Amino acid sequence: MTDTLDRAHTTSELTPDPVDWSKVQRWGAYAGLTLAFIAATGMTLTFHQRMIIAPWLTMGAVSMAWVPVVYGYIAASRPTPDGEDHYQPAERELIAGGVTGLLSGLFVSLFIVIIDQFDLTEVFSKTGQPLVDLLTFGKPLGVACLLWVMGLGLLGLFGGALHIFSKTIRRVLSWAALGVLGVAMLELVITNLLDGLSLDWLVDWIYAINGGVTSIAAIVIGVAFGTIGYFRGDTTLHERRLERMALDPSVLRQKNRWAIAMVIIAVIVVPMFAGNLTNELLSNVGLFVLMGLGLNIVVGYAGMLDLGYVAFFAVGAYTTAILTSANSPYWSPELTLNFLKPEGWIILGVVIIVAAIAGIFVGTPVIRMRGDYLAIVTLGFGEMVRILFLSDWLAPYFGGAQGIRPVPSAEIGPVVIEGTNSQSIFYLVAFFCAIAIYVAWRLEKSRTGRAWTALREDEDVAEAMGINTTASKLTAFVAGAILASFAGMIFAVKVGSVFPNSFKLLVSIVVLVVVIVGGMGSIPGVIIGAVVLIGVLGGPTQPGLLQEFGEYKLLIYGVILVVMMLKRPEGLWPSLRRQHELRHDEMSQDAWLTGESELTGDVPEDEAGGTVLTDDVAVVEDDEL
Amino acid sequence: MAILEIVQLKKAFGGVQALDGIDLAVDQGEIVSVIGPNGAGKTSFFNVITGYFSPDSGQILFQGLEISGHQPHEITELGIARTFQNVRLFPNMTVLENVMVAQHCRTSSGVISTLLNTPSHRREEQEIEENAKEVLSFFGDRLKGYRWNQPAYVLSYANRRRLEVARAMATGPQLILLDEPTAGMNPKETAELTALIRQLRDEKGFTIVLIEHEMRVVRDVSDRVVVLDHGVKIAEGDFATVSSDPDVIEAYLGRPAEATNE
Repeated sequence: MTDTLDRAHTTSELTPDPVDWSKVQRWGAYAGLTLAFIAATGMTLTFHQRMIIAPWLTMGAVSMAWVPVVYGYIAASRPTPDGEDHYQPAERELIAGGVTGLLSGLFVSLFIVIIDQFDLTEVFSKTGQPLVDLLTFGKPLGVACLLWVMGLGLLGLFGGALHIFSKTIRRVLSWAALGVLGVAMLELVITNLLDGLSLDWLVDWIYAINGGVTSIAAIVIGVAFGTIGYFRGDTTLHERRLERMALDPSVLRQKNRWAIAMVIIAVIVVPMFAGNLTNELLSNVGLFVLMGLGLNIVVGYAGMLDLGYVAFFAVGAYTTAILTSANSPYWSPELTLNFLKPEGWIILGVVIIVAAIAGIFVGTPVIRMRGDYLAIVTLGFGEMVRILFLSDWLAPYFGGAQGIRPVPSAEIGPVVIEGTNSQSIFYLVAFFCAIAIYVAWRLEKSRTGRAWTALREDEDVAEAMGINTTASKLTAFVAGAILASFAGMIFAVKVGSVFPNSFKLLVSIVVLVVVIVGGMGSIPGVIIGAVVLIGVLGGPTQPGLLQEFGEYKLLIYGVILVVMMLKRPEGLWPSLRRQHELRHDEMSQDAWLTGESELTGDVPEDEAGGTVLTDDVAVVEDDEL
Repeated sequence: MAILEIVQLKKAFGGVQALDGIDLAVDQGEIVSVIGPNGAGKTSFFNVITGYFSPDSGQILFQGLEISGHQPHEITELGIARTFQNVRLFPNMTVLENVMVAQHCRTSSGVISTLLNTPSHRREEQEIEENAKEVLSFFGDRLKGYRWNQPAYVLSYANRRRLEVARAMATGPQLILLDEPTAGMNPKETAELTALIRQLRDEKGFTIVLIEHEMRVVRDVSDRVVVLDHGVKIAEGDFATVSSDPDVIEAYLGRPAEATNE
């Protein structure tokens, strides 16, 4: 009897799971559609110009090749029931991955046939002959399709095979791949930086003449990054975070202090060696950090969705332009933005006051609204401000569509800060970012900050707790407005002119995306968000690190936003509070366990069993209003 | 001396007369229960007192001062605190923060002093925190130690109720309005909270008005009971008087059978 049972048990363990065909079909189709989409939008064609590993791997190829690998990996994954860690992935994963790849290959073949036979250029302008030539590799259609199906099938197989590798191998592989890709994509900045350090020989060794890393360099970089990956251990970010939380507060403070010191030193030192290009990128990032931190006060702390944030950016820029430019049409006091003279501080003071007035002006009428209504009304106000600056009616004051130019450069004693010298601009931006960080950090954990959080959580109750909601909301609006106006001031100096068209709705949206992707309510989050989005992809008008992406910037923004909302709604570097909010179960478990561990030996004091349960077990449901 | 005096209070929502001329005087140091069947206007009564709705007519005098028409936060500042029928904490703030934020109207440090980190600001922050811990210590070990830094949503239901009371205490009130403080609690917790309500009055000197459905609590805790039905006060007096009042029995149970038979 026991024998049979045992055997039954063993067989059930050995029988491989059946392939989840519906999942494979689904992900195969997703992969095919993604590939067709990437090709149809012209990304493949554009990116094909850019080498990753010279001379045989282009970014165009990479833009297609990752799809079957990743989707194949997903299609082959299976949910692991708790405690079942002896599962050995084998053929099942290979089959699932491979078939997913083959399916996507069929889709791509179909796509190639369609764009070859029919002219779709009126709808998809990029699907003309050049794309067909690229996708068929100059071979007959049938051969090309076969190649696609086989190639993508193999890549899908590889994706499925990733499950078979151990975690360590997977980590090493992904580190190596991302390392090579990263070094290749960051060519401009790395070259710039290494040139600054006069390491030209290293640049020549890493990068081929026509762009892309050389094959040998690719191997070395891959091995290097793989090694880092190998020694990194496989704790996830979340686990590491929990570890940090468990640390002694004084140790943690010490560690934080070191980290902050390192960052400060890096911010001061790196621009000295970096070239103009890197500094330009860094100052763009800084501008958006400044605005992001301001918006973070309004959206992240106080919970008011402000879509017209660009208005305050514009107000700061125009105020500066009017005060400093000799050409401003109506008033031109022609002060110099010199921070060693009273003039500079007068300008700063006026900018702050005007921004505060603008904050109150926009804030007062919208303060009684909540949620979506607030968003729509602020959206309107943002556009109104731009249109007012653009209007003929106010053109005698603000210059209408011509704007105001030139805006003279700022000075600190003998040091001139002007747009052409992006290093100087960066230091100016960094200085104001430091102020913004200080402001945000101080306010967050203060009486004012707590009132904002309470407002965000439950406005009615906040009022019952004696919080003057109108005043609190206005304070948030004004604080956000002032930070944005600083950004505006620097922007005016940096560009050397102000035009209404620099202050479009898109700016508000990009700043909001920076805050959301980085992590609402989190200062490091906003900085990371700005680095990733503005630094790497580029701002609304500013080019980013990956200039090839320029055309597809907004598309990628959208994709990032969607993926983030699905997979990591709390942002890249979330504030603890947001993480609580969005990862209720996980965190309450953790919190409960922490409590439990401190209660060791504390036997539930009650004889009526029910009470112990209600009192010591975390209740996780949400409070409905 | 009456700390709260309500004269001919009326409030209608559309066609529904939620409060139809209510008179009530609450003396300093009293515990008054407001009972009545569902929809009798009890919570509306609280909402009008605390400024969430302004009354159509009538007077609300708190310590001799007319407070109707004031904003809720102004009324809290004057010294009336409240809890909510369906517990409404700030779920993602920690237990300690929940109580700290409740001291908002008793503190004054603003943006400028926060940014300059003035000594007075630092002192105030410290006082807020100490005060919060002291208020929480009123609940014994329930809301202490590691619980301080837990987000409020991990608390058990009973602890959430306790935290809500703590938060009300922290606003520095004279008068606390408790809206069904024992709803959803088991008998043991209910008994504990009943004792706590008495303590609130005896040790802390708060005057308390509570809405309650649990008759045992009403009996044990109240100096006086007020019964509302359809926005009208139908009875008032000590528990024994009120519970034998025919009008009250009718409001709760309907007309006696013989009456309908006629």
